[in-house]
Amino acid sequence: MAIGWYLTVSAIIFAIGAIGVLVRPNPMVILLCLELMLNAANLALVAFSRMWGGESGQIFALIVMVVAACEVTVGLGLIVAIYRRQLAMDVDELSELHG
Amino acid sequence: MSAVLFFIAAIGAISGAIGVVMLRNPFYNVLALVCHLVFLAALFLLLRAEFVAAAQVVVYAGAVMVLYVFVVAYVGGADEPLHRHGGALKVLGPLFGAAVAVELCIAMLGTALKGVSSKGAPYISGFGTPKHIGTLFLTTYLFPFEIASLLLLVAAMGAVVLARRRRGLEGTTEGEGLVIYVGRPAYTGTMHETTGIEGGGGTTPEPEKQREPIGSQTGGRAGQTGDGRSEGGW
Repeated sequence: MAIGWYLTVSAIIFAIGAIGVLVRPNPMVILLCLELMLNAANLALVAFSRMWGGESGQIFALIVMVVAACEVTVGLGLIVAIYRRQLAMDVDELSELHG
Repeated sequence: MSAVLFFIAAIGAISGAIGVVMLRNPFYNVLALVCHLVFLAALFLLLRAEFVAAAQVVVYAGAVMVLYVFVVAYVGGADEPLHRHGGALKVLGPLFGAAVAVELCIAMLGTALKGVSSKGAPYISGFGTPKHIGTLFLTTYLFPFEIASLLLLVAAMGAVVLARRRRGLEGTTEGEGLVIYVGRPAYTGTMHETTGIEGGGGTTPEPEKQREPIGSQTGGRAGQTGDGRSEGGW
């Protein structure tokens, strides 16, 4: 398969993740959709790595995985803190910081 | 054969992504993401990124998703509304996403990169194997490797700090909390009790003084219990 097909799949997954971040109210589902967007970027990186025949893109994809794992731990810690304070699991309700 | 595998994996990955966005129950969202990640690992294998595919399955679908499942089970995965309550995002969000997808596809069709329409560079033996990736990590990309380990350490500590129990935090919320009374031995508790001891303490306090409210409680009830012992939480 040509590399362009992989990039198309990556673009579609990224768009689906962006829609989820914009539409869903639950902060946990928003984190999941962020994972989708990061994975789409990973797919594009690995596809470009295959296109050029170098492994730097795969290294970059692995670093992105590390960053995604960090983001998950901190985000889930925030969600547990929200739950402990018995606040609503809704990003529209959690808007005291909107300025 | 490669094309068939690609389409199976691509359709699986995209339908998993749609499942993450469209399903109502957070537990099913996580399961859809696991499905998506496994199919994405198949796409990585088709791109000859063996180590990245293995790390995807082991680290992502194995470890990170278990963390998600734990938190969903802790918070409680109830069905919930699919959209936000009001506002234009319900309509504008999907439109924006579709616009992003179309724009990315246009950028890809109009690119000057010749390699996009090719099948990629000629395959070298050992491309994407753990040996090559490890060599690169420990020679050329040593600095990002160390920075990644530092970042993981900081994130783990941050998660512990964020999710720990804070003194008095749970008592400040409104709503009827559950108050559990647990008996405990005399003179093992608060400073108030200790300062009331007259020389060695042979006398035990009356039974209601041995009880300490534990668990989330309302601010009003903390004031009502009186005698100053329940002010500090636990």
